[in-house]
Amino acid sequence: MKFTLSWLKAHLDTGADVDTISEKLTALGLEVEEVIDRSKGLEPFKVAYVVSAEKHPDADKLRVCMVDTGSETVQVVCGAPNARTGMKGVFAPAGTTIPATGVELKKGVIRGVESNGMLCSEREMGLSDEHNGIIDLPEDAPVGAPFASVLGLDDPLVDISLTPDRADCAGVRGVARDLSAAGLGPLKPIDTTPVPGGFASPVTVSLDFPEGEASACPMFVGRLIRGVRNGPSPRWLQDRLLSIGLRPISALVDITNLMTFDVARPLHVFDAGKLHGGLIVRPAKAGETLMALNGKEYTLEPGMTVIADDSGVVSLGAVMGGESTGVTETTTDVFLEAALFDPVRTAQTGRRLSIDSDARYRFERGVDPAFVVAGAEIATRLILEICGGCPSELVIAGQEPEWHRTLTLRPERVLGLGGVDVPVPEQIRILEALGCGVKTRDDGVMEVSIPSWRADIHGEADLVEEILRVNGYDHIPAIPLERTSAITKPALNVKQKRVVTAKRVLAERGLSEAVTWSFMSSAHIDLFGGVPDELRLLNPISADLDVMRPSILPNLIQAVGRNADRGYADAGLFEVGPMFRDPSPQGQDTVAAGVRSGVMVPRQWAEKQRPVDAFDAKADALAVLDQVGAPTTNLQFTTDAPGWYHPGRSGVLRLGPTVLARFGEMHPEVLEVLGVKGPVVAFEVMLDAVPLPKKKGGTARPLLRLSMFQPVQRDFAFLVDASVEAEKLVRAAKGADKTLISDVAVFDVYQGQGIEPGRKSLAIAVTIQPTAKPLTEPEIDAIGAKIVAAVAKATGGTLRS
Amino acid sequence: MSALEALKTELLAAVAEAADLAALEEVRVAALGKKGRITGLMADMRSLSPDERKERGQAMNALKDEVGAALDIRKAELHRAALALRLEAERIDVTLPVRAEQQGRIHPITQTIDELTAIFADMGFSVAEGPDIEDDFHNFTALNFPPGHPARDMHDTFYLPDRPADGSRMLLRTHTSPVQVRSLLKDKAPIRVIIPGRTYRSDYDMTHTPMFHQVEGLVVDEKTSMAHLRGCLVEFCRAFFDVDDLPLRFRPSFFPFTEPSAEVDIGCLRRGGELKIGNYGDWLEILGCGMVHPNVLENCGIDSTRYQGFAFGMGIERIAMLKYGIPDLRTFFEADLRWLKHYGFVPLDTPSLAQGLTR
Repeated sequence: MKFTLSWLKAHLDTGADVDTISEKLTALGLEVEEVIDRSKGLEPFKVAYVVSAEKHPDADKLRVCMVDTGSETVQVVCGAPNARTGMKGVFAPAGTTIPATGVELKKGVIRGVESNGMLCSEREMGLSDEHNGIIDLPEDAPVGAPFASVLGLDDPLVDISLTPDRADCAGVRGVARDLSAAGLGPLKPIDTTPVPGGFASPVTVSLDFPEGEASACPMFVGRLIRGVRNGPSPRWLQDRLLSIGLRPISALVDITNLMTFDVARPLHVFDAGKLHGGLIVRPAKAGETLMALNGKEYTLEPGMTVIADDSGVVSLGAVMGGESTGVTETTTDVFLEAALFDPVRTAQTGRRLSIDSDARYRFERGVDPAFVVAGAEIATRLILEICGGCPSELVIAGQEPEWHRTLTLRPERVLGLGGVDVPVPEQIRILEALGCGVKTRDDGVMEVSIPSWRADIHGEADLVEEILRVNGYDHIPAIPLERTSAITKPALNVKQKRVVTAKRVLAERGLSEAVTWSFMSSAHIDLFGGVPDELRLLNPISADLDVMRPSILPNLIQAVGRNADRGYADAGLFEVGPMFRDPSPQGQDTVAAGVRSGVMVPRQWAEKQRPVDAFDAKADALAVLDQVGAPTTNLQFTTDAPGWYHPGRSGVLRLGPTVLARFGEMHPEVLEVLGVKGPVVAFEVMLDAVPLPKKKGGTARPLLRLSMFQPVQRDFAFLVDASVEAEKLVRAAKGADKTLISDVAVFDVYQGQGIEPGRKSLAIAVTIQPTAKPLTEPEIDAIGAKIVAAVAKATGGTLRS
Repeated sequence: MSALEALKTELLAAVAEAADLAALEEVRVAALGKKGRITGLMADMRSLSPDERKERGQAMNALKDEVGAALDIRKAELHRAALALRLEAERIDVTLPVRAEQQGRIHPITQTIDELTAIFADMGFSVAEGPDIEDDFHNFTALNFPPGHPARDMHDTFYLPDRPADGSRMLLRTHTSPVQVRSLLKDKAPIRVIIPGRTYRSDYDMTHTPMFHQVEGLVVDEKTSMAHLRGCLVEFCRAFFDVDDLPLRFRPSFFPFTEPSAEVDIGCLRRGGELKIGNYGDWLEILGCGMVHPNVLENCGIDSTRYQGFAFGMGIERIAMLKYGIPDLRTFFEADLRWLKHYGFVPLDTPSLAQGLTR
């Protein structure tokens, strides 16, 4: 919403300067986006009088002008065809920067004649494309005066951003009313007295809506004005529209535009000579079309509100008029429309047809329901003043919808809710200045009647806001929240803490945290097990981001690919975030996922280079599980990881049937489709699946019992079938003597020379921790025998000799 | 006696001449071993008279001690020499680089959430969460959005197929505010929570991404007013941006779910394309807030004649960008390792008020 300072002052009697006004507007919630000084850069340009203009002695198209600048008379050579003796123009002395070109003007000699400046065209001033001649100012322009002030360009332009609730401030008068309430000066009166009609309007209006839909257009006021002349509008009106960037069209159209921006009362004018029969306001029928005033044809749908005559649709209510009945310079009889249209339908129609008109902007926010007739009267007066003509009586269809309402305000609520103590008389003053009626009951409660233009005020809280806002939010003190406990209590629950922990553990392990989209491409979804249709977006922003992700990995793998493309192939990334099973609140799981690619140990003098492998991912997964409190010693391993993992190089960590994590090398096909070079290993830890810790008594740990005897270590190498899992053998060894065997570590796995094909050698180091007494050699040998027997039983393995 | 003296001289010379530990050991064995010369002379004493034996014994012991001490000293000398040789031989080039270690980083979004959690925890808030996929009721209706509100438009909100059970429109939450509704419905008043999380809007350009993060704050009790809202936000902004005199400006604004509503600006300085947070006279908008609309309270089953409170919401990327000088929103989601290394945080840098929020 834009307006100039002088336009504002047409409604507000104030001596305040633009800075004061601008600050106040922002404080009132009418946020100033920009104050534009349109005279900037035009300071050196002055009104000048051409004392004489004579033909250049050496050039047919040039004139030598003697120019009175107000302070001196200088000689200027000018090429404009309209340069003539006795005219007033715009003079720029040498040294001036020309706005349109940015070039500094220099003294010169043109074909032997000295030139000391320039008489300017509109294009050179950056005002328009006009370059057929120099600017020809009115005779009364004072010589030597700044050109900008003569053109009204020294009038600052204010651009405010309106919140959607402030429909009343979509017109300059509403803005003035707020400023007036805030103490910047009285609101000037506005003349809405009726203009008497000389005859009954021959154009009739009827509202034709099915039951229950009358709110689409509750009221339509019209008036025929005969015998108008629709030429260009007068200078003041053109200047006013130009000042906010609107193009003057014709007097009648300019008047409706003025009303739109001045009092937020959009109007429409029909050329009555082009209307066929009376006007009917009704819902659009499917397939009806309208060639609108913007030259585009629209196909209409039910739910839209149209104005039709016998020829069909002639206007789209609240949004845009039609071309066939639009006014032109030959219009003599004009039919003026001032109507009310439903905000919701207006917004829907505008969005559906992608029409952003100044009328739509106001109707979708809500136009003052009590200002329809008044609006028609003001417009009539302007039309008669500018275009002449004879007005008919008003034709009114429908009626003013009921808008009166009274709310109560307990004055102490301003302090209780708003936190500021505003004295009651000031509360009353503010409300009345905003247009409310206030009656105070015996119990002190105010009964506040709400003005017709404030449909946004519904309750006591709204009234508190009005008082706070006009009083100034700056007066709200800052009171710290009362402490609820002397010592800060934890803000996170167990599950939230796990997320924090998982992230820091993984970063500690060398992975960097990524945050990727919660969506992914449906083109890749089948690689990751697919998703139900309920997780496909109806209006994705692109085909790459059209389904909710069932795994974090595709996005991470693609991120690895992007990094590799930039030359960073050895990547370690993780993300802790949501993955989706279904659209219910329970269908979203928090997962810690990570990927590693390229080499784990880079080429370096001290160590051998090593590519990432499944065990790196397994270690990451176990580290997270361990740190978030999963019972990692009791986990079971299975090899049924989902299809996006390499089937022979992946695993699942479980607690009974519950999957806590999966890990492994990515399936080569997945990498190929995602365009990423392997090896890539990955893991996914289902944080939500980790059982919650059992409530224990207190923070004490179990008592530490240290053995006073040294542990003994014994190595065993077993020959087993190549398919035997190490985990099985380790478990068997551990189970051989649960009290004395404290650890079993695999220190060698061998297949090849010296070992039968299909078999492998698995070597373990067993730590035996005596508890009650030192062990004798025979006792240790006995444990060894138990281990060998247990392993043989579980795996069929034999001691390698 | 001169024989003993001669023996002593000879043995001490042998000790001094021993070139290494092995040679020295040979000397020791030759002198003091079972068949050594001193041991042999000691054995010969059995034929002497007691007096002679005593005298001779003392002399022998003195000899033995003296030779033993010389052996010890020489042994220590030789040991030192051998060690010095070994150490010299073991010399390495310590200028070689250390073994490669991987260094991970915490994303600025996580760090920012952890920071604001630390601050709000100190003001008595706990953290609440809700689902990313919401229904129209929680995201709009309960928050007092009227039926035709433009935010419900397909242009702004991502929609999923309607829920078959009741025909509810399913969508990706456009703000964290639906969790206000869920928290109030579940925990009732009084309540103090912050709600950080992912949010989604159908927008993708220089300054918008289809997914971003917000943090919501909600306080509902019997007496919290707009003055407390201001107090809470002043404390938060000053702590978060680490500027003790950071000024805040409240401007009236409009949100369907708060009344009165405000937008909050913090002090800043704009100069030559750079932005500095502090008390410099210029203003920068950072968040929206207000008193919870009575309709929202009633929609959540809270008696709005008894309870009141405030809510606020701000963009996490935005405050992270401001605090850490990160220029481009879109880079947050690119997972560029170079960006993460530069703008990310080391894992041990856990925000805490005791240590100071920022390292």
